[in-house]
Amino acid sequence: MAFDVTKHTLVSKHLKVSDTEKESVFKQYNINSKDLPKILKDDIAIAHLNLKVGDLVKIERVSKTAGIAVYYRVIIEG
Amino acid sequence: MKAEHEELIDSYKDKLPLLVINELKDNISASISKSDISKIMEVVSSAYSSAKINPGECVGLVSAESIGEPGTQMTLNTFHFAGVAEMNVTTGLPRIIEIFDARKEIKTPMMEIFLLDPHNKLENIKNFATKIKETVLGELVSEYSLNIFEHTLTIKLNKMLLDDFRLSVNDMVKIIKTKVKGFTLQNNEEEITLLQKGGKPEDVKNLYNLKEKIKSIKVLGVKGIKQVLPVRRDDDYIILTSGSNLKDILSMPEVDATRTFSNDILEIYNMLGIEAARQAIINEVYRVIEAQGLNIDIRHVMLVADIMCASGAVKGITRYGVVKEKASVLARASFETPIRHLINAALAGEVDNLTSVVENVMINQPVPLGTGLPGLVTKMK
Repeated sequence: MAFDVTKHTLVSKHLKVSDTEKESVFKQYNINSKDLPKILKDDIAIAHLNLKVGDLVKIERVSKTAGIAVYYRVIIEG
Repeated sequence: MKAEHEELIDSYKDKLPLLVINELKDNISASISKSDISKIMEVVSSAYSSAKINPGECVGLVSAESIGEPGTQMTLNTFHFAGVAEMNVTTGLPRIIEIFDARKEIKTPMMEIFLLDPHNKLENIKNFATKIKETVLGELVSEYSLNIFEHTLTIKLNKMLLDDFRLSVNDMVKIIKTKVKGFTLQNNEEEITLLQKGGKPEDVKNLYNLKEKIKSIKVLGVKGIKQVLPVRRDDDYIILTSGSNLKDILSMPEVDATRTFSNDILEIYNMLGIEAARQAIINEVYRVIEAQGLNIDIRHVMLVADIMCASGAVKGITRYGVVKEKASVLARASFETPIRHLINAALAGEVDNLTSVVENVMINQPVPLGTGLPGLVTKMK
């Protein structure tokens, strides 16, 4: 691919979530991974992060209403 | 503002969104004392938390009403700007429906191509525009003649057009050779003759097919770009196209691959991922809403976009999309084609746990919303 997907204005920042951080997210919202929105493993925007199924992705969206909105997605087989 | 004051405001980062924090920083004047700032912060954060949606609020219903009511005032037809140098773009209700259904084929695919310096200047924009516009061989041909006795097809090329595109007859022969098999080519100054080897009288059909095929051979440009229109946008010149091909355009070195986008949501999903698709849905829907002069809070559109993208792929608000994902049989049946859903559920032996709203409305039970959400337990004495 000749262009960098992550630099595109439509693509929010995708970050890897460590296992300890993952647990604290689950605890904070009182959920488990099946309650979260999903992202496919072969999604082009997380190709550079080297993640496996079951990991969390933290997404920092630039939002008109909140400035920066944090969103989590769990990786599923795609 | 003093550093310690800024620190105090920043300590509310977990409670308040960034936008509010920045607004406070901009508006609190330097003369205000630290204790007053902490009072302000308390008031702001309590106002913010009381403005939050309560648990159990039926946000989906509120969104549906908030988008649905102004939606009745939208124009029903595509505008045709006859004689104006603008593209025809689907707007109004048909466009909204198209986006929310997540259609595979949209009516008027379109791109906005941003270019890098120096290609975004007035004098260079036309070169790039003609470079990407798809030109098919059919546009360059002035005459076709079929000879069914000798099994030949002769095409006469329009010399003036060829010169415009800086092409020669030999270039055309090369292009045709790569696309057409089983014919020998001969050419002179402006004509190309294709001869079928060992043709029989019944092979006339082949010649007709060949003629149609030749018409659609791509000579120049990017596949799918039917029309180009350079326009001025702020200080840049950008290109609007009718027809979309993000994959090829984004890979071109002249293109600014950080801003160029298409109005085809599924194409964006394939090229840039699910988060970009969500953002594109919001942008596209909001653009239509604004163009129609309506006033819908963007949070409603965000909610719909989140639902459409929750499964990792773009799902339309249709019986094949998000409704299919619902766990409850009765909820699915209440949307469209109820009999099919009920029969399939019966065959599969599905169980409905009645955990959501629609199914409880159907069987006349309290719905798990608002005050119906928590279960109350009384202590018996």
